[in-house]
This record gives sequence, structure tokens and C-alpha cells, in this order.
Amino acid sequence: MPLLEATGIRSGYGDMEVLHGVDVHLEAGELVTIIGPNGAGKSTLLKTIFGLLKAHAGVVRLAGRDITGTPPHRIVHWGMCYVPQVDNVFPSLTVEENLEMGAFILRGRLAPRLERVYSLFPALAARRRQRVGKMSGGERQMVAMGRALMLDPKVLLLDEPTAALAPNLVEQVFQSILAIKDSGVAILMVEQNARHSLSISDRGYVLVDGRNRCHGTGQQLLQDEEIGRMFLGG
Amino acid sequence: MGALEQLPQLAVYGVVSGSIITLGAVGLSLTYSILRFSNFSHGDLMTTGAYMGLGFLWLFQGLLPGRWAPLSFGPALLPALALAMVGNAGLAIVVDRLVFRRLRRAKPVLLLMAAVGVAFVLRNLVLFGAQSDPLYYSRRIQRALVLGGIRIKADQLFVIGVALLAVLALHLFLRYTKTGKAMRAMADNPDLAQVSGINTERVVIWTWALGAALAALAGILSGIENKLITPELGWQTLLPLFAAVILGGIGSPYGAMLGGMTIGLAEEVSTAFISTSYKPAVAFGVLVVMLLVRPQGLLGRR
Amino acid sequence: METVVGILNYLVFFAITACVYSVLTLGLNVQWGYTGLFNIGVAGFYAVGAYTSALVSGPPPGTLDWRMFGGWGLPFPIGFLSAGVVAALLALLLGWITIRLKEDYLAIASIGIAEVIRLLIKNEAWLTNGVWGLKNIPSPLFHPVQSGVEVFLAAHPQLPPWLAQLARGAYNWVYLAGLLAVVGMLYWVLERGLRSPWGRVLRAIRDDERAAAAQGKNVAAFKLQAFVLGSGIMGLAGSLYAHYARYLSVEKFEPFYGTFIVWVMLVAGGSGNNRGAILGAFLVWGLWAGTDFLTEYLPLSDVQASALRVVLVGLLLIGVLLLRPRGVVGEQRFVSRLFKA
Repeated sequence: MPLLEATGIRSGYGDMEVLHGVDVHLEAGELVTIIGPNGAGKSTLLKTIFGLLKAHAGVVRLAGRDITGTPPHRIVHWGMCYVPQVDNVFPSLTVEENLEMGAFILRGRLAPRLERVYSLFPALAARRRQRVGKMSGGERQMVAMGRALMLDPKVLLLDEPTAALAPNLVEQVFQSILAIKDSGVAILMVEQNARHSLSISDRGYVLVDGRNRCHGTGQQLLQDEEIGRMFLGG
Repeated sequence: MGALEQLPQLAVYGVVSGSIITLGAVGLSLTYSILRFSNFSHGDLMTTGAYMGLGFLWLFQGLLPGRWAPLSFGPALLPALALAMVGNAGLAIVVDRLVFRRLRRAKPVLLLMAAVGVAFVLRNLVLFGAQSDPLYYSRRIQRALVLGGIRIKADQLFVIGVALLAVLALHLFLRYTKTGKAMRAMADNPDLAQVSGINTERVVIWTWALGAALAALAGILSGIENKLITPELGWQTLLPLFAAVILGGIGSPYGAMLGGMTIGLAEEVSTAFISTSYKPAVAFGVLVVMLLVRPQGLLGRR
Repeated sequence: METVVGILNYLVFFAITACVYSVLTLGLNVQWGYTGLFNIGVAGFYAVGAYTSALVSGPPPGTLDWRMFGGWGLPFPIGFLSAGVVAALLALLLGWITIRLKEDYLAIASIGIAEVIRLLIKNEAWLTNGVWGLKNIPSPLFHPVQSGVEVFLAAHPQLPPWLAQLARGAYNWVYLAGLLAVVGMLYWVLERGLRSPWGRVLRAIRDDERAAAAQGKNVAAFKLQAFVLGSGIMGLAGSLYAHYARYLSVEKFEPFYGTFIVWVMLVAGGSGNNRGAILGAFLVWGLWAGTDFLTEYLPLSDVQASALRVVLVGLLLIGVLLLRPRGVVGEQRFVSRLFKA
């Protein structure tokens, strides 16, 4: 049984339907990327899975449990966390405070968890008392992901983690993502950097106009000619 | 006495009245940054707090009589203050449950309108219960102490001291407690707060509680400073409160502290130059100047 | 029969006040219903209009007056129009400062201006006679009508007393007729305005400001126009009030009577809708008058009775906002925009 599965998802904003029946699934320990042109509904899919948008139809299951329509602050209890594409940190809080917010639902000492995140992102450890608003884009992205990891989720949803980052930072972020995967977290990620993300992913989905176009392993999709023409120019 | 010679004395009065305005403005700023609407009933929360304070004071004066000379009150004030703050917090939470919670997803303008309605209801409930004659916190005439050529009453020192303590306590709360950090997080980004699993409704309750408790404190201190309270107390302070919040930067409690003191000083110092009947207009004047020159306020972000 | 006439006279008085409030709600509707502007300073423009008209058309300062200025005794229409113009100019000044800013800022600034105006009325006795009030404001056509009535009564001495009583109240009927004409004309003009291209732009701004701006409309200019027009109408209402009451004092322009109750009328009647504005004025004023009768039977002091009535009006506003935000006849479309946030 997959760790996370979404079947037949129809969803959108208000009266506008963006997804017309999409299926994805994620096995434990996998890194899966969703690619597709702008407006294909990739972010919408993540938001629907995480309960930020109400699905018009379809089912979302996490470790077998039906979580369709469950609001986000309950979903984090079941072990799935989400990193939005924009506005994904608390700018007036320090690095450490941002991380603490990620573990809000927990009582007790957070020191061990904080140390785990700092070992994953050493650059943050040195700046733990710095206000995040003053940090660079790459550092903010690390804080954003760190915040989501504080609850030791089984599944991490990432929405375009490398968007608006300089190329040298992109590599850094992808390395961090691999490190997160190695620590045992399954990751479902939406990306514009199609080539790079597929090269590190176990599997990938291609979404076009709110529907599944095709899917396969990362390598299969990289070598597919049609996809190469459509998305992998860059 | 020439206008300039009066200034140091007026400045001291300004700090006193500024302390009261600051407490109200900070509460207002908290509710603005977390609940995202300008609560026009905040002034009337000061009124309800002041009247609750007086009621509890009368209650406790039987059990804990006497006063702490040279102050105009005694031990009875402390439990009265505490209970009034708690009671006011409860009132604000009830009003939120009944009215504002149902409008959370509506456009802010509707919340503004509802707040104006709540303001009139609260004020007139107080008027209904207490009638329109002023009620007295104390009838004694206090002799002023003279420190370095400045006259100041013991009560006024108390007001400044309590306001400082309250502001410090709030700062520590926001800085070091989990709920305080969650409040700052929600002020930054309410969507992300939800995504992180923060219990936003609980944070909202805390916000109302703190804001109303500070308003009660402000109202009671106003009663001690002015000796009397009327049901119009809060509504009359609304304009200075908003001027303080806008001056400091809407959405920043620390800005509200700065704004509160500035408005208090401006109001008192202005009496050297213009008639005291126009004191309420001073806050408005500062407001207009801020809106023209720097609408985001001195420390504002939005 | 006397009681019937008594009731009729009361109803005329009631209708006159409700008509004045209708003018206020129609003005507010231009700002709120058409354009979505939140003006909590209605009382300020209302007061400015009233005092302007009184000073322009009223008598010069008498020996017992503190005031020293004004009272040019000009014909009523000039006073009436000046009231609108001065209120509109004040709105222009205030709006120019605040219209580009967020709605809360306009709201706060409008409270401020109403408060400043209230202070000016109270303190600048040289202009307004301060707390002693402005007296002897003339009512238009009062003398012709009264003389006509006197002549009529003198010519028919055998009239039954109820008819004489009715005749003596004839001026009020005349004033009411004039008011109804004004309200009717205002309604007609505003309805035309609403359906005009100008009105459509206003509603587009109210519904989605950014979209309207994206279409190249100068949003600030349109908002300012609506604000000025609405405030000018409120000034006219002030004039209509002043020349009926013949006496002005600062109490009538306090936040409850001058602003809050106008908002409740518009929201309860139906925001965005001119019919709703007029309906709301009559309904809520009727409720207000009704509670006056009710509280007579309760063992309350005057202060308590009036406080209770205000609480009821406040609860009415809150109730409408929570349960039926579109009011009695308001547009459903208008409200759904307010809740889609």
C-alpha cells in the first residue's frame, strides 16, 4: 500500500476547476517529482492533498487513512508536512523561532529535533538567532524546509523549492532534498527545474492541463523524447 | 508662565497620559496584527474594564481597607485590577465568539462595521447600568510631590510604573513564551501558521484576552489619574488610540508603544499653545500629518 | 377625532424626520453602496451642512447671541445649495488626504473630522453660538402658509375643533410635501447615476478594485467623486433638518444620531440599493420611535431608557450583519462579494 495516494482528484479555486481527475502516489522513502507547464495544476494538487483546497472529487489517503478534506492543522498530526512556494517563513522571527513553530503541536523539549535540523542544514546553526526576514533566498528556503521537518514527518510536500534561486543555490537545495530523503522521509515535490529534479527522483509524473500525461521513473522520463522537447530544454 | 517654561511640566503630564494611551494602543495593535481588522470597540473595552475595576474595588475595600499613603488607594486595588483584567478578557472572548468569529472570512469592512456596533452596545450597556454621572475612583485631593522643580502626584508615578511593568511583561511574553511566538508568527503569516499546525483559534483567544486585559488596565489607570470615569471614557480615547497605532505603524505593538507616548506628549504639550478644549483634535492632527507624510507609520511594515 | 388628528400630526413629524434621514442614507449609499467607502463621519458633513445653511439663510446675530458672524438672510434655496457645496468641499479636502489609503484609514480619519467639527461647533461660539445653540432659523415659505391658514381660520369661525387643529398644523404638511419632492428627485437622479457608465465604474471598483485599476480606471479619482457627492448630499440633509427644527445644537449631531443610526438604516434597509436606503430610514426610525413608546412602560430613568434603545439599535446592526447582511431589499450580488474573501 502506498504511503500517500491521491486518486481521481478534481479541484480548483472557487468555480474554476483546475484539476480534472489526477492520480498520484508515493511509496515510503521515495522521492517523486511532478513536472508540467505553467498552469497545469501542480501546486493546486499539492494544496489539495494538504487540505488547503477542498477537493471537488477524489480521495486522498495517508498510510491508508482517508484524509480528504481534513484541514492542514490536523494533517500535520498524521505525519505529513508542507512547504509552500512563497511566503514560506515567518520573517520577523529568528531561525530558531521559525523551527520552533514547526513543532508547535508538541510539548516537551525541542532541543533534539532542533539539533537534527541543524545537522541537516549546518549553515542555519550558525545563524540560529538571526531574523529570517534579513536572510537570503537560499537560506530562507532551508529555514522553510527545516520548519517542516521539525515534526519528523513521514511525507514532505515541497512546492517548487528552487523557484527564484540562483543556480549555485539550486544545487545546494537539491543536495539538501536528497539528504532529507536519505533520512527516511518520503518526498513529493513540484518542480520547474524539470531536468535536474528528475535526475535525482525515483519517479516522476507529468501533469498537463490538469490531467496526468504520463509517468515513469526519473530516468525513463529524462530519456523520453516528447518530454524532452516539451520541458527539458533548460 | 511662558509657553516654553511650561514645557518640562507638560512633558511629565504627557508621559502620564501617554502611558495610558500606550496600554490601549498596544492592545489595539495586537488585535489588528493578528485578527486583521481595526477594532473600533477597543476604546469601549477600556470603559468596561474601568467600570469592572471600580466595582471590584468597592467590593474589596470592605475586606482590605486603608490606603498606601501618598497614593490614593490601598491593597484593595490589586485584586480589583486582577479581576477586572480577567473579567474584561472574558468579555472580549465572549464578544468574539458571538460576533467577530462568524465574520472572520468576510471582508474587513464588515468587521469594522460590526465593531462599531459592538462599541455602541458595550458603551450603552455601561450607561444603562451605571448611568451617566461620573463615578469616582477617589475623591481625595492629592498633594503633588515636587521633584526637581516638577510637580507630580504619587498616583501619576504609579500609573507610569504600572504601564512600564505591563509593557515589559508583554514584551517578555511575546519574546519568550510559546504562545507569544505563535502570536508573532500569526501576525507575520496566518496561512503559514495554519500550515505549521499552530492552533490559530487558540492564538486568537489569547490575543483577545491580552488586548482586553491591557485595555482594562488602561481604563483603571485612567480612572486613578483622572479620579473619575464616565461611560464615554473609551470612545473619547479612540481617536488618540488609533492615532498612536498609525503613528507607530499599524501592526507593530512596539510601534504602538512609541506612538502612545508621542500622542500623550503631543496632547499635553499642545495645551501650552492652544486651548485645552481642542486637546482631542491634537491626536487627529497628528493622524492627518502621518497619513500625509508616512502612512505606514514610524515602525510599520505593511 | 382630536386623537386622530393628534396621531396624524405625529405621523407627519415622524415622516419629516424619516425623510431627512432618507437623504442622509441616500448620500451614504453613494459612498458605501456604490463604491464601498466606509465613512464613519456622516455627522460631520450633516452638521456642516446644517450650520452653513443656517448661517447663510438665517437672521443676523441677535443681542442675546454670542455669535458675531453670518446670518445673511438669503433665500432658502441658496442656503440649501451652500450646505451641499460646503460639505462637498470639506469632503474633497478629507478625501484627497485619505482616499488612496486603506479603508480603515478613511474610517478613522472620518471619525476624526466629525469629532473636530463637533469641537468647533461647541467652542467657536462666535460662529455657531456654541453650546447655546443657533436659534430662529427661518423655515421656507413659513409666513405665506401661516398667513394663509390664519386667513382661512378667520373666514370660517364655525369649523369643528379637530379641523382647526389640522389646519394649524398645515405648515408641516407643506414641509413634508417639499421634502418628499426632494427625496423623490434625489432618488431619480441617483438611480440614473447608478445606471450610467459612471455608476458602473463605481460598482466595478467596489467589487474588485484591482481589476478596475487593471482596466485603466483612475480608481482614486472615482472614489473621490463618490465621496464628495455623497458628503454633499449629507450636507443638504443638514440644511433640510435645520430649517425644519429652526434650532441647532450640538446634541443632534452626536455620533449616535448623526452617524451610527444612519449606518444601521442603510445596512438594515439594503446596502447598495437606493430603495433600501429610503426603506431603511423609515423602518429604523419607526423602530426607534416605537422603542420610545415601549420604554415609557418600563421603570427606567431617561438615561437608562435611551441607553437601552441604543443597545437595541446596535444589536439590530450586528444581527443584520450576521444573519441577513443584504438587509431587507439589498442586492444579493453585492453581499456575496463581501463574503467571498
